[in-house]
Amino acid sequence: MKQLSNFVQIWPPLVATAIALGSWEFLLWITQPDGFVLPPPTEIAAAVGENFATITTATRVTGFIIVTGLVAGVLLGITAALLVTTFRTANETITPLAVAINAIPIVALAPIFNFWFGLLSPRSNQAVVVALVFFPIVINTARGLTEVEPSQIELMESYGVRKWRIIREVRIPNAMPFFFTALKLATSLAVIAAIVAEYFGGRQDALGNIITSSAGLTRYADAWAAVLAGSLLGIVLYGVAVLAERVTMPWYFLARRS
Amino acid sequence: MTSQNVPAVEIRGVSKVFNPGGSNEVLALEDINLEIAAGDFVTLIGPSGCGKSTLLRLVAALVGSSSGEVLVNGKSADQARLDRDYSMVFQKAGLFDWRNVARNIELPLELMGWRKSARHRRSTEMLELVQLQDFARHFPQQLSGGMAQRVAIARAMSFNPALLLMDEPFGALDEMTREHMQNEVLRIWSETNTTVIFVTHSISEAVFLSTKVVVMSPRPGRIAAVLENHLESRDDTARDSPEFFANVSEVRKLLRAGEN
Repeated sequence: MKQLSNFVQIWPPLVATAIALGSWEFLLWITQPDGFVLPPPTEIAAAVGENFATITTATRVTGFIIVTGLVAGVLLGITAALLVTTFRTANETITPLAVAINAIPIVALAPIFNFWFGLLSPRSNQAVVVALVFFPIVINTARGLTEVEPSQIELMESYGVRKWRIIREVRIPNAMPFFFTALKLATSLAVIAAIVAEYFGGRQDALGNIITSSAGLTRYADAWAAVLAGSLLGIVLYGVAVLAERVTMPWYFLARRS
Repeated sequence: MTSQNVPAVEIRGVSKVFNPGGSNEVLALEDINLEIAAGDFVTLIGPSGCGKSTLLRLVAALVGSSSGEVLVNGKSADQARLDRDYSMVFQKAGLFDWRNVARNIELPLELMGWRKSARHRRSTEMLELVQLQDFARHFPQQLSGGMAQRVAIARAMSFNPALLLMDEPFGALDEMTREHMQNEVLRIWSETNTTVIFVTHSISEAVFLSTKVVVMSPRPGRIAAVLENHLESRDDTARDSPEFFANVSEVRKLLRAGEN
């Protein structure tokens, strides 16, 4: 039964993808538009093959920026959420600041970060990723830390335990589902942030730069190949987040009894 | 541990004002005096807003009184809380989803620094007490409402508290489960010799369970009457006995009188 349900889950998206790619190829074959509007999948696949070394290097460079920025943003976000929910003064100082930062279109800051960190430095790209990841992590984790069933807090108080013990035993586990929701969102945000930031600067062998330079040279199949690599990065990171969620809180995925 | 002549709970001249001085100031309790002997099963009954839950939280030292004195085992309520003299059961079972049933029961023992083997032995005993031996490795989401509440009772009883405070613990259960749980709690009470304070808004529940029914009236919360409630037996036959019905109508009369 279990194998059957896995089969059922895996095949529909695979079949749908195959149909989509097939129709894409077929429609371009009938309509024959100018090659640069939209290259057919076979041409993109060929571009990946031709530039395989360049694309893998670029994926590694951009992947490093995404992962480091994501980790830093997540750690900062968790720390801020803990501070905000534990100390009133932290709440009064950090929360308005976080809201103000979130109101800034972060990717628009990429050229400014280039000026701060150096036009060719990956630091500026990492900074964009950190800034973009930070906010959803803070908001969701803070909600999870505060939205605790009141009687569970009263129960812990009735045992005469200290505040930090309540945080450890109740608030943090309670925040886990909220945190993972934000983490899954943050993985795709991080990919977008890194690639868009690379349009404006950073290392020249990164995915974002390949996309802009290939498009500038009308080598659209190459640009699409880099976009494909970026989506693969996003899918892998999302998968890692889902896996981490499953491993950390198996209790959350038990069948709920109504 | 508790000497026989010290009352389990003494409440002397207690009042509670919420939001004192504010525009939303509420006098929740006024001049409450109550003494509960060790081994008593006392129910607090009254309409919503009569302050019965507040009174329970004053005994638990989860809220402080505005005036008067609350003693538990002869010491201040807050000291009793820090000494873990009592345990509390809420309307919501309040189990932690991330702990299995056994580890939920062991939570207070963990907080008290019990060793793992001792904790395990104790949770096994407690699971037998509430008759859920086969559910140690289950998680709260896999339990029915009645089972979850039995786990909450097992958790509360795990460290042998002298006093058990129950805040409408069966309020969310259906009638059948509720009667079953009432029998369970009476069995546990008679087996463990614990003093119980039990908040309810069900007259029949109060009369079936308790040795003493404290009838409260609202706005401000006061004790309207205290009824000594003696029943021949406390099994299912008691639910149909004449003295049960007589006491039910007596409590109903006292509640009606309190409202005027």
